[in-house]
Amino acid sequence: MTGYNFAYLDEQTKRMIRRALLKAVAIPGHQVPFGSREMPLPYGWGTGGIQVTAAVLGPNDTLKVIDQGADDTTNAVSIRRFFARTAGVATTTRTAEATIIQTRHRIPEQKLHENQIIVYQVPQPEPLSRLESSRIETTRMHGLAEYGLMHVKLYEDITRFGHVSLSYDYPVMVNDRYLMAPSPIPAFDNPKMDMMPALQLFGAGREKRIYAIPPYTKVVSLDFDDHPFRTTRAPHACGLCGATDSYLDEVVTDDRGGRLFVCSDTDHCETHRDVGHVGSEGVAA
Amino acid sequence: MSLDLPGFSDAVLDAQSCFRAVLSAMSCPGTIQAAGVGLTPPAPLAPAMAAVLLTLTDVDTSLHLAKEAEPARDWLAFHAGTPFAASAAEADFCVAFALPDLAPLKTGSDDAPEAGTTVILDVAALGIGSAWRISGPGLAAPATLRVTGLPHDFAAIWAANHALYPRGVDLILCVGETLAALPRSLTVEEI
Repeated sequence: MTGYNFAYLDEQTKRMIRRALLKAVAIPGHQVPFGSREMPLPYGWGTGGIQVTAAVLGPNDTLKVIDQGADDTTNAVSIRRFFARTAGVATTTRTAEATIIQTRHRIPEQKLHENQIIVYQVPQPEPLSRLESSRIETTRMHGLAEYGLMHVKLYEDITRFGHVSLSYDYPVMVNDRYLMAPSPIPAFDNPKMDMMPALQLFGAGREKRIYAIPPYTKVVSLDFDDHPFRTTRAPHACGLCGATDSYLDEVVTDDRGGRLFVCSDTDHCETHRDVGHVGSEGVAA
Repeated sequence: MSLDLPGFSDAVLDAQSCFRAVLSAMSCPGTIQAAGVGLTPPAPLAPAMAAVLLTLTDVDTSLHLAKEAEPARDWLAFHAGTPFAASAAEADFCVAFALPDLAPLKTGSDDAPEAGTTVILDVAALGIGSAWRISGPGLAAPATLRVTGLPHDFAAIWAANHALYPRGVDLILCVGETLAALPRSLTVEEI
């Protein structure tokens, strides 16, 4: 595309983001401030993730973009087309073929490998934000590794509800040092972050923060010895492919209480169907 | 006159590929990555070191050059446009040809550890020479780092840096058209 630099951002902006990314990798889980730019889409639509992807992306990369696990939703389609036009990169919906995966709120079901980078779009990078509204205070708390407030929140949840009432954006400890917001991925995906072979990068555009988890880094979901962290998923098989191990979306199909549970990860569902699996609502290929 | 020599032949894509090499090196400590292939920087800068500087430094950073690198100052000023720091203690990036004393360098603060300096060190060889055992984020299992050109008491020097974690300095080792990186999160032991 003429009129724009490769991957849209100017080179000085890319250098600034790249410096922040390298420090983020050197200090896993620490939020590095960066000069977030105005992007041609609104805050909340993945401006942080797009800036990180733009700084990392090269002509030999294959890009996959997912939104809640799906390759075919508005946000995913727009971002994929944005980079296809501004960087001319190859795009794919296949998790296994991608070298860079930008994601909103999911981690693919298929295990990522060492030569992949996953870029998360993050609305609120500060895990303590709902407990302490002052950025100055939370920065100090990270500096001192003082996370008692979050443990108290989890404890209060258990005393009131009998369990931790967080089903997404469930806080994690990275490399035994930093409390980190995993972005609003379901708690179901949290275990995938631990010792993941792929590099994980996080971009928060409105909040102007970048952070990272290098490959093979310890990521622990906060819990208590007598209330261990547990993942939850709808107790159904995918209606289309029959998978019983994937995270499911609940789709309302009519106004008489009809429900369909399907894989949130569309590529996982398609791959599963391609090899012959059929769910209760599916049609044999 | 070093100004006769060109910078990146493609300022956009060469910087991108060099950045990915540094990102891979930082993410997977101890691995040796190719960088600066085809670049013809003025002596004594090796292609990898020059490429890292062109990729990461600009008007927003400050760079300190070891005395040996003085002949490349004009070239860096022209192609990277980076201001030079009067002392290593004030610099964001330090170019060195022997491991400098890390103590005076910026290590950031507890609240903003990302302000720690990045030291870009020219070494004699990567993959051969003295061996250290490295472990930490980025490594599934402890790995062996072989470098010719680090001081024999490097493990002790690095232990003092790692003790400051999350503050500290990060190290990029360059030789020829290759580089490796040691982020501050890493533990280095003598074998």
